[in-house]
Amino acid sequence: MSLLELVSVVSSVVIISAVFFLIRRGKLLERYAMLWILASFVLLLFSAWRSLLDTVAHALGFYYAPSFLFLAGFVFLMLILLHFSVVISSLSVRNKSLAQELGLLKHEIEKLRKSLQSKD
Amino acid sequence: MSVLVIIPAYNEEGNLPIVFQDLSSNFSSADFLVINDGSTDGTREAAEAHGAELIDLPYNLGIGAAMQTGFMFAFKAGYDVAIQFDGDGQHRADEIENILRPVLDGSADMAVGSRFLGKSGYKVPVLRRAGIKIFSSILTFMTGIRFTDATSGFRAYGKRAIEMFSKYYPDDYPEVEAILLLHRNGIKVVEVPSEMRQRPSGKSSITFLRAVYYMVKVPLAVLTRRRNPADNIR
Repeated sequence: MSLLELVSVVSSVVIISAVFFLIRRGKLLERYAMLWILASFVLLLFSAWRSLLDTVAHALGFYYAPSFLFLAGFVFLMLILLHFSVVISSLSVRNKSLAQELGLLKHEIEKLRKSLQSKD
Repeated sequence: MSVLVIIPAYNEEGNLPIVFQDLSSNFSSADFLVINDGSTDGTREAAEAHGAELIDLPYNLGIGAAMQTGFMFAFKAGYDVAIQFDGDGQHRADEIENILRPVLDGSADMAVGSRFLGKSGYKVPVLRRAGIKIFSSILTFMTGIRFTDATSGFRAYGKRAIEMFSKYYPDDYPEVEAILLLHRNGIKVVEVPSEMRQRPSGKSSITFLRAVYYMVKVPLAVLTRRRNPADNIR
């Protein structure tokens, strides 16, 4: 096993362990861990199984097989980031609705309070 | 006919008294609702001093979300017409009748006050004028109706528009997309000539980077938005 292979196997294992650790601690929801788990297992598979990497990389026309690993990692990162942007967008929409409802409710409470006071 | 004047205001303590003075002397037969969009100055107190209805947003959400809050209120309270009247003093109360007319006589469900229709001598910086022209041309092209002041925020909304916008209204720079949204849903929009004032105090909120965002965001929204975006993101 070359140094490069060792480094990529170790980093895949570190990412997998970190993701599981964070889920266990309740710091990461399973829903947002899916892409991380998929990415790190795929990278681990290709890092540890050199002949599979060579076959796939060769079939795709890569001159240097490990560069396929970099591409795969990069594509996963892009997917994860896009996923985050979608999640953030949905959170902003919800956050906005919440703030609007809060404003409307505060207004209604204020009105109710005033009408109660005027009855006294 | 119940009319609600929606006044979105972000840090307008200096302008609100002028706005209310204008409204009370030139257009008083309506209810007034100030949407205080997370102001850090005395906007809230200025609105309360004039006995207007007041909705306080907990933090700054931007003009689109502030207006939508107004539409939600108007829809729930069952108003027939809503008027958008900016809190910065740019709009003139004596012009409200003009944008109200097409909505009242049923010839349109939203009327937009245009500075560039008719004889108005309103002066706009060259670049902003160019931006307004581009957006207006896009709208004219996409709707087949002639628009000259697509970004104008001086508007009257009928019941159908109020209902639609209470469910969905764009966040940033909503004016152009709002016109298209109504048009696509078969709701009639017209432009009417309207005079406006140059801003009395404070600067426009449009900086260079925001202008770039504006120029990219609006066409992107206009080209990609589905007919019924209320079902989109939840």
